Parts: sequence; structure tokens; C-alpha cells
Amino acid sequence: MNFDKEFDASGLACPLPIVKTKNALKDMAPGQVLRVVSTDPGSVCDMAAFAEQTGNTLLEQGAENKKYVFFLKKA
Amino acid sequence: MATKKMAIIATKGALDMAYPPLILASTAAALGWEVQIFFTFYGLQLLRKSLKGIKISPLSNPAMPMPPMPVLLKAMPIMESIATKMMKAKMKKKGVASLEELRDLCVEADVKFIACQMTVDLFDFKKSDFIEGIEYGGAATFMKFAGETDVCLFI
Repeated sequence: MNFDKEFDASGLACPLPIVKTKNALKDMAPGQVLRVVSTDPGSVCDMAAFAEQTGNTLLEQGAENKKYVFFLKKA
Repeated sequence: MATKKMAIIATKGALDMAYPPLILASTAAALGWEVQIFFTFYGLQLLRKSLKGIKISPLSNPAMPMPPMPVLLKAMPIMESIATKMMKAKMKKKGVASLEELRDLCVEADVKFIACQMTVDLFDFKKSDFIEGIEYGGAATFMKFAGETDVCLFI
């Protein structure tokens, strides 16, 4: 999937993946896509909850090389 | 959708009890909530300019994993420093944010920090002991916001 910006949250534990994703999205334009990589198992549910509560869309989520990958579209 | 609001009353100043208010506040703020934290009693320690003094005690902490040892040994002054060092090292290794980082994230996300004026007076603290940008207030002031919240926590 194409993305406009990438943020690597590997090695970070709750709440950093979510809080830093929010900061990464801040400077992006509506419609742009952010790719987030995380090693925190809790971030799977957290990212879905984050998308639902903030109106940003979680386009896709998956796992790659023991890491979780998320694609978020800025609202 | 109306903005959700959360109020937290932070009353503890130990390392393990410092995390819940800061993690919950920074996360809620990241989700777009309006958050205020009222720091009172030992919670005021979390508003100090430097958070290096926040410790965890092996005494009266039966839930804390430690090798079995008599209470007399746990009561030795050096044990508190050892326990704190070990806890901080473990947190760093597991990628857990430091208290400083979490507090900075809260400030950046416009979480409002209110220091309990009564406790400040009680312990003879000065405004210069604390970080900039905080408000000072009493219970009645805080109750106004607390009464409007979706989530109100006592930590």
C-alpha cells in the first residue's frame, strides 16, 4: 500500500505507539496515509480504538517480520 | 460527537503510582479528549521540575516481585535506591516511557495540570519548586470540571 509518511514505533511500549502516532499525523494533510510499525502486541487493539475515536481510518493492518504494521488515513 | 472529558485526581508520588495518571492522560489526550489532572498530596511530587527523585519502595509493597528477604533487610535505606534503579532499568529495557517523557507528552497535548493549593501550603512548597504553566486551585474549582466529565478517576 502506498503511504505518505512512515513512523517506526518499534521497541516502544504503551502508550507511546498511540501518542506518537497522533503526533505523526498532526502535520499531515487530510487524506494522506501514515505507515506505523510497532512491536507492542497491545498496539493492535489500541490502533483500532485510536482510529475509531479520532475519525482517522485504519486502512490496513498486518504483521511483517514479527512486527505489526498499520496504515492510517488522516481524516 | 461531543468531546469526551476526563478528570484525574493524582494523590500518589511513588514511581509505580506515577505512571497511571500520566499514561491515561496522555492517551486520552491523543484520542482527542479534554483532560485535567488535579495533583494533591504526594501527587504534587509529579509536578516538580525534576522527576529524578520519584522512587519506589520495597516496603509495604507485597505485590512487587522481589527475592524473598526479611522485612528488616528491605527497610535498609539503600534498598529503596536499589529497587528504584532496578525498576527504571527494567522499564527502559522494555521500551516503557520515562515519567519525564510522559509528562512532556501531556503538556504538549494540552492536558491541564492543577496543583492543590492546600497541599502546596501544607508542605510549604513554593511555585519555583514546580514546572511552569500549571494552575493552582482548590477542590471546589476542580469539582466544576469533574462534574462535567465522562470519566473521573482517583489514583
